[in-house]
Amino acid sequence: MELNLEPNIADPDGFYDELLAVHQGLSKEDSDALNARLILILANHVGDRDVLTAALKAAQR
Amino acid sequence: MALALDLGRKGTPVLVLDDHDGVGQGSRAICFAKRTLEIANRLGAGQRMIDKGVVWNVGKVFHGDDRVFQFNLQPEDGHRCPAFINLQQPYFEKFLVDEIRVAQDEGAPIEIRGRNAVTALDQRDDHVLLDVDTPDGPYQIEAEWLIACDGARSPVRDMMGLSFDGRVFEDNFLIADVKMTADFPTERWFWFEPPFKDAGQSALLHKQPDDIWRIDFQLGWDIDREKELREDNVRARVDAMLGEGAEYELEWTSIYTFQCRRMQEFRHDRVIFAGDSAHQVSPFGARGANSGVQDADNLAWKLDFVIRGLAPEALLDTYSEERVHGADENILNSTRATDFLTPKSEISKVFRNAVLELARDHPFARPLVNSGRLSVPCVYDGLSLNGPDMLDGPERTRVGAPAVDAKLGETYLLDRLPGEFTLLCIDAPAPDIDEVDGVPLTHLGLTARGNPFLKERYLGDARGAVYLFRPDQHVVARWPEASADDVASAMRIALGKGA
Ligand SMILES: Cc1cc2nc3c(=O)[nH]c(=O)nc-3n(C[C@H](O)[C@H](O)[C@H](O)COP(=O)(O)OP(=O)(O)OC[C@H]3O[C@@H](n4cnc5c(N)ncnc54)[C@H](O)[C@@H]3O)c2cc1C
Repeated sequence: MELNLEPNIADPDGFYDELLAVHQGLSKEDSDALNARLILILANHVGDRDVLTAALKAAQR
Repeated sequence: MALALDLGRKGTPVLVLDDHDGVGQGSRAICFAKRTLEIANRLGAGQRMIDKGVVWNVGKVFHGDDRVFQFNLQPEDGHRCPAFINLQQPYFEKFLVDEIRVAQDEGAPIEIRGRNAVTALDQRDDHVLLDVDTPDGPYQIEAEWLIACDGARSPVRDMMGLSFDGRVFEDNFLIADVKMTADFPTERWFWFEPPFKDAGQSALLHKQPDDIWRIDFQLGWDIDREKELREDNVRARVDAMLGEGAEYELEWTSIYTFQCRRMQEFRHDRVIFAGDSAHQVSPFGARGANSGVQDADNLAWKLDFVIRGLAPEALLDTYSEERVHGADENILNSTRATDFLTPKSEISKVFRNAVLELARDHPFARPLVNSGRLSVPCVYDGLSLNGPDMLDGPERTRVGAPAVDAKLGETYLLDRLPGEFTLLCIDAPAPDIDEVDGVPLTHLGLTARGNPFLKERYLGDARGAVYLFRPDQHVVARWPEASADDVASAMRIALGKGA
């Protein structure tokens, strides 16, 4: 499998809203912790090691 | 001691020089892994270790007050040895020395000289000249080969001016071995950010024989060693962990820092380094003593063949190649565990704690929790002594791997691989060959019919297989069927004579 960097989320505005909403009212520390949990959950869902490496590279820019 | 026993049993004269007298009394290693016990079994000392040791399978991981999860190293069926035992290192050493005494009585040429310290050495063309200091005065001795098993601070390494590079971890661990008759279960309990007072960053509780428990506290970098080692301070921490009123005696306490480092090469002509002198890892994962025993297992047969003129000296370079590979694997694992235990930055701590939080509710995060990956034997993938892998067989018994045990009626497969080159034919015809260039080859013929262990571990989907094992039980080559020529050429590769 290859890392998909094309649009893939059906409802982009709705998703973005939801992402901001879960951080609503959190301290910086709690937000960082939530982000870390989210990354780990998503990474596990992807699973594919090559895709994960490609994603880390893409994020590094 | 393992090396002396192995070599002596093969008939090679060995002299052990030890600046101490008798078995070391410090309690250091406690966790001995299956492969180590299998090697000890081959040397005749394994059963006493298993009988004396505490077998454990269950581990619990806590974060603060909460239990994060529990694991069970549920042992696989069909192995003689358990996955792990806990045993104080002095017992481990004593059982080896006792077996040396037995071997001596049977005529094995082994001599142990206590309170004999090596103080200088000079490498000559065909020997090493040693200066030895004893209570009765100094003497000199010539050795054809010198194996420096003189620990992490190796004086021999220093005398030769060789480097020992790697990483020092800025952390101090307080160990207390306490004697108590408590009814904690025989489990490994590990805390991240323990809830009891002054316990530091992490803590460990683990049972040993004789009602002794190993307790470990991770204290951090800036500490006053002398103060922390004072009995009342140690007791205050232990009391907080075990609960007020717990009755115990302090058996042994120590503070250690740790490092992960190794020598560039383990062989320097006639001086060969083994154990902590060659490589040092953090204790998380129990890889120190366990890998030292694998060094001995790897070196003994090679040195024996070289000394008897049956293999070229180049074979000894493969000791360095293979064990450097093993040391790198151990250093990598132990460094990763350390990075999880002691996050080195703010963000690494955020991720570490995220893993621990998620692991409570979700199984996916549990494999990410790293409180030390327990020692597993090293596979010599892609190294120079490997012959061909022509069998589409199981991954775990591929070329380079150590033999995997399997129950055979009343005995076990590893008991039948007795420290010589061995050709195992499972439901395959045996080629007609019983020595190669003077090196004997033992035959073992088995059937996998009615033996699911053999089938699963050695055949997979294959109908039959031929496996060639080295004296240290690693797989040299495997085929669906092999000719005498196939076997001879694989054996020459494994003897360091090239393809
Ligand atoms: C707290 C702690 C816990 C550990 N737990 C584990 C564990 O659970 N499992 C595990 O596998 N490992 C563990 N280890 C590591 C393990 O203890 C070491 O890897 C092991 O002892 C190394 O054995 P060695 O024979 O190479 O060296 P050492 O045990 O250090 O022996 C070296 C010997 O050489 C002698 N010597 C030194 N200089 C000279 C000289 N000039 N002349 C003559 N003799 C000399 C010394 O007296 C000593 O007897 C632990 C270590 C520590 C500190």
